[in-house]
Amino acid sequence: MNILVPLKRVPDYAVKAKLSPDSQSVVTDGVKWIVNPFDEIAVEEAVRIKEKRPDTEIVVVSIGPSSTTEQVRTALAMGADRAILVTTDGAVDSDLAHRVLAEIVARGDYRLVIMGKQAIDSDASQTGPLLASRLNWPQATFASKLEIDDTWTSATVTREVDGGLETVQIQLPGVVTTDLRLNEPRYPSLPGIVKAKKQPLEEIPLASLGIESAPKLKIHQFAYPPQRKAGTKVSSVEELVAKLQNDAKVL
Amino acid sequence: MGSVALYIENNGEKLPKSSLSALAAALEIKQAHGHEKVIGVLIGGTGTSAAANEAAQYGLDEVLYVQSSALEQYLALQYAETLKLAVDAVQPAVIVAASTSRGKDFLPRIAQLFDAGQASDCTAILPGGKYRRPMYAGNVLADVEITTAVQVVTIRPSAFGAASKAGTCAVRELAVHVLEEPRMKFVRFDQVKNERPELGEAEIVVSGGRALKSAETFQQHILPLADALGAAVGASRAAVDSGYAPNDWQVGQTGKVVAPKLYIAVGISGAIQHLAGMKDSKTIVAINKDSEAPIFEVADYGLVADLFEVVPQLTEAVKKARGQ
Ligand SMILES: Cc1cc2nc3c(=O)[nH]c(=O)nc-3n(C[C@H](O)[C@H](O)[C@H](O)COP(=O)(O)OP(=O)(O)OC[C@H]3O[C@@H](n4cnc5c(N)ncnc54)[C@H](O)[C@@H]3O)c2cc1C
Repeated sequence: MNILVPLKRVPDYAVKAKLSPDSQSVVTDGVKWIVNPFDEIAVEEAVRIKEKRPDTEIVVVSIGPSSTTEQVRTALAMGADRAILVTTDGAVDSDLAHRVLAEIVARGDYRLVIMGKQAIDSDASQTGPLLASRLNWPQATFASKLEIDDTWTSATVTREVDGGLETVQIQLPGVVTTDLRLNEPRYPSLPGIVKAKKQPLEEIPLASLGIESAPKLKIHQFAYPPQRKAGTKVSSVEELVAKLQNDAKVL
Repeated sequence: MGSVALYIENNGEKLPKSSLSALAAALEIKQAHGHEKVIGVLIGGTGTSAAANEAAQYGLDEVLYVQSSALEQYLALQYAETLKLAVDAVQPAVIVAASTSRGKDFLPRIAQLFDAGQASDCTAILPGGKYRRPMYAGNVLADVEITTAVQVVTIRPSAFGAASKAGTCAVRELAVHVLEEPRMKFVRFDQVKNERPELGEAEIVVSGGRALKSAETFQQHILPLADALGAAVGASRAAVDSGYAPNDWQVGQTGKVVAPKLYIAVGISGAIQHLAGMKDSKTIVAINKDSEAPIFEVADYGLVADLFEVVPQLTEAVKKARGQ
């Protein structure tokens, strides 16, 4: 059975985003690119499934400039079988991404799509459900546990939702999005990294897919949020309580 | 021009605070963007008609609801199909919902079904048909315009106050045929037992981090302080990952976003991802033994100390101050 794992490259999560001087864009020159952490969890989950069921084929797909091959190779080194990179130098938002992914799904024979619940740059949390809806597939978002039955007919998924943990069963094919507690992604092994260099990576120019790509969302400008003023250090619990009572008036 | 359709999430007969925030945001969108009316839409099982009557008291123009035993449990496919049918009747220009876990789960499906652009997790309604939304863990704000005929907007509940009661409007039940959908089944819900205020609704939040060391010590230190303050309890990702606190308590970029009057961060370093979930709190207190911890950069009051020493003292001092 085939699993598709879409992944996005995003700027390193440890670094604060910076704006261009005209506030028209977020600076990406010189940033360190990584695999979106939630997508890394998705790759790991697919690899764990394959370890239990060797007849699984894992295909990773990304959309971005040619240099995204680096992040795609990371996923191959973790244990994916082959990769597709849909190349474009343009902006890719959730809407465009889900259209491209639907086209990739249509060109294969996938039983399951596992992807991140959100990308940590755009923070939109849309692509998974958008894709599921376009395919008219069921979905289970925010997964912290995923079990697939023996015949790949259904998946039982525990979801991290408001108020606790919800378990649902979805029929396959379906879309699952990952939450932080699903697994801890492995580091690619050295042999994995060597092997990844030779694994198949197909590049498809976005333009060749014939996808309507007029953006539905137009960003007019960016700004930094208001910065908090630096506060004061207190030296004791008594002083803290006094400040909270008399200055902040929150007690 | 056109109307605003507002999906109102209900919990049986109850409307959570997030729904009242979405309500306030929808009314603001109507005002700011010149729409004719706001129509509230509820869908669900038992209790939905009562919740619809409750929702009708906040100044909406009309409330519609679909109540069916097939909607007793929330499931994305069923809810998306039903909301689509219910909202079709309204022919809305904008569809609004709160960005709760449910809103995040199925509003993109609504956007897809209407071929609409979606602005997620908006924190402000701007003039000229625009919305403001945070990106990059809240370090950047983007002013966006949705260019499609139908717009989908989810709003961040902590950024909008709860709507207050205003005129009562008509309530109408919609007879929507809810399709049999065998492809998604509810299995079970393991609810976090919690008698404390809800994280998203509380005026005070006490959060614990990795420094709490274990579930037991988390409970021994954070919970008594929270209870003395009548506060909700939050946690950092590290505390949740380590099993000190349930997932529902995670505050941050990829957990809950809160903006209480008082936020107390205990043994939390203040990573970008955590700050994203609490830096709009009115007053922030940080307790950390490392004076260089980044949490102090956003804290109004910082106490550099060992939490195991000072948190019990603080709990006692709070009790005394509040005459408990
Ligand atoms: C994709 C992604 C999403 C994420 N989403 C979130 C999110 O939503 N929310 C979130 O919180 N994090 C999130 N994180 C994790 C985040 O980057 C940090 O790793 C996390 O917030 C750290 O938690 P912490 O502050 O409890 O632990 P640490 O960073 O380990 O900090 C512990 C702190 O406790 C202090 N300390 C230790 N002992 C004591 C003591 N005895 N007394 C007082 N102080 C003490 C230390 O000085 C230190 O500052 C995310 C990360 C990624 C990659």
